[in-house]
Amino acid sequence: MTDFKRFLRGLRFAAFIGSALMVAACASNPNDPNNPGGSAATPGSAQDFVVNVGDRVFFESDSTELTPQARSTLDKQAQWLSQYNRYAFTVEGHADERGTREYNIALGARRAQVTRDYLIARGVDGSRMRTISYGKERPVAVCNDISCWSQNRRAVTVLNAGST
Amino acid sequence: MTNKPITPSRATLLSRRRLLSVAGGAAAAAVVGGRVTPAGAALKLDITQGTPQPIPIAIPDFVSGGGSEEGGPGREVNQVITNNLRRSGLFQPLDQASFIERIQTIDANPRFQDWRVINAQALVTGRIGRGQDGRYKVEYRLWDVFSGSYLNGQQFFGQPDNMRRVAHIISDQIYERITGEKGYFDSRVVFVDETGPKERRIKRLAIMDQDGANVRYLTSGDDLVLTPRFNPTSQEVTYMSYGRGEPRVLLLNVETRQREIVGDFPGMSFSPRFSPEGQRVVMSLQQGGNANIFVMDLRSRRTTRLTDTPAIDTAPSYSPDGRSIAFESDRGGGQQIYVMSADGSGQRRLSFGQGSYSTPVWSPRGDIIAFTKRGAGSFSIGVMRMDGSGERILTEGYHNEGPTWAPNGRVLMFFRDPGGNAGPQLFTVDLTGYNEQRVPTPSYASDPAWSPLLS
Repeated sequence: MTDFKRFLRGLRFAAFIGSALMVAACASNPNDPNNPGGSAATPGSAQDFVVNVGDRVFFESDSTELTPQARSTLDKQAQWLSQYNRYAFTVEGHADERGTREYNIALGARRAQVTRDYLIARGVDGSRMRTISYGKERPVAVCNDISCWSQNRRAVTVLNAGST
Repeated sequence: MTNKPITPSRATLLSRRRLLSVAGGAAAAAVVGGRVTPAGAALKLDITQGTPQPIPIAIPDFVSGGGSEEGGPGREVNQVITNNLRRSGLFQPLDQASFIERIQTIDANPRFQDWRVINAQALVTGRIGRGQDGRYKVEYRLWDVFSGSYLNGQQFFGQPDNMRRVAHIISDQIYERITGEKGYFDSRVVFVDETGPKERRIKRLAIMDQDGANVRYLTSGDDLVLTPRFNPTSQEVTYMSYGRGEPRVLLLNVETRQREIVGDFPGMSFSPRFSPEGQRVVMSLQQGGNANIFVMDLRSRRTTRLTDTPAIDTAPSYSPDGRSIAFESDRGGGQQIYVMSADGSGQRRLSFGQGSYSTPVWSPRGDIIAFTKRGAGSFSIGVMRMDGSGERILTEGYHNEGPTWAPNGRVLMFFRDPGGNAGPQLFTVDLTGYNEQRVPTPSYASDPAWSPLLS
């Protein structure tokens, strides 16, 4: 139980670092493999996945198409997930707040689905993953302009806590 | 106005039922004073054309009918009626300080000249007293001041905690007598109560009277809940809930709190709405990247597919006659409103304006649908006719969403979100686009759904 709690705490911390770095590095390249912040993570750990691989991809407004950058992130995710195949995981689809509630739930589901399909095409076993859509219910960035909306239109690959 | 949350109890339910039965019987037995002029007056507010001038109405405090303490429920009944009529935008309750005649009894004609002088067109007098069994007896009379005639009246018996309810029923009778259309005050609204920071919003189902009073919470906040919708025929709600597995459509009885899952589907189910007779739930099922519309018969549990496109088909809403379903789809590119027969046949596009159109909601009168429209940087609430013509925008701003109709089809409620870290609030607007009013809620609130009339 204690280990589990510690894992959760670590995961949350890793997610925080991950998103903080991504925001900071947005102008250059958020997927820079030489990112100095990532060096501390143990290879194969959840933190390693979030910091060194990148747990999320972003979409254009109303779009469910994977951008070249998103595909490159998912290529790395697929590689990592194949190497550390003990993990089960969930692909979460999200939308920004500039849509209606029902449409955004469906849009998030479709984003999760294209992400899932891409990972499967890159050799990840579909039985390891489930998808869920949160629509616009769980934004990571909160403001009234595109700087936030573009971070919220995302699909996040979340390693299941129980699978380590 | 006090927003005292009332804990539901068996006693409340019993007395509510009792109130209704007694009130129903009292309609025939309503005692009307002997010296009143029979109805047949000219006082009538035509609300079918343009923007009506609100009718000046005088509502003096109800007189004591004995056994009732000073400043008791008489004052509250008066305030609830005054607030209802004022918020409708169709009445202008006059300042009590301007009243000349001090009403002492409701059994005699009022001095109409005194009310004409202050330009009251309608007058409501009332009496409230407490019987030996502890119940209150509430009576009211509605008068046409200019013709000097009696319009209508009734008496009600009820427990002390039913006084607001009685006031809503009286408000509806006044509204109906003067406008010729049914009222909507004796109704409730289920909505999503929102607390906490935006990234981790806690959402609970809550229910309140249409004026914001008597808020009660229906779920604990442990599970994310969205889009509650009322059964048009009962005190039952359908909504979407995130539990442990797939997000699901659920049914909830708001009195017993009994919950039930609507169908065990392999993917997420969402965006539910009842059919007009309350026996079916139409909703979206997620199948891979596509959302399609299905209907489930709640008795046979049989599910029927209504749409089958590689698109997002969602937000279905039945016509009041149950024959058609409006919904939104991005099958043509952006989101637009479509309509089909209740069996899924004859699907055709309805909206062709600039921008995207979503969440169509059929008016209970059947002639128009309300929708949420997204334009350049704004979200509006609008209405259009069933052939897609006659579009009118009722309110526009950064984010307005999720219209729901009052039971009489005259007023719409929706939520407005200013964005940023703040949260949404509920508003009503008249079908004309005028008389926007905020509906008080204890914290942020979204996804309102208006109940049918309770009586």
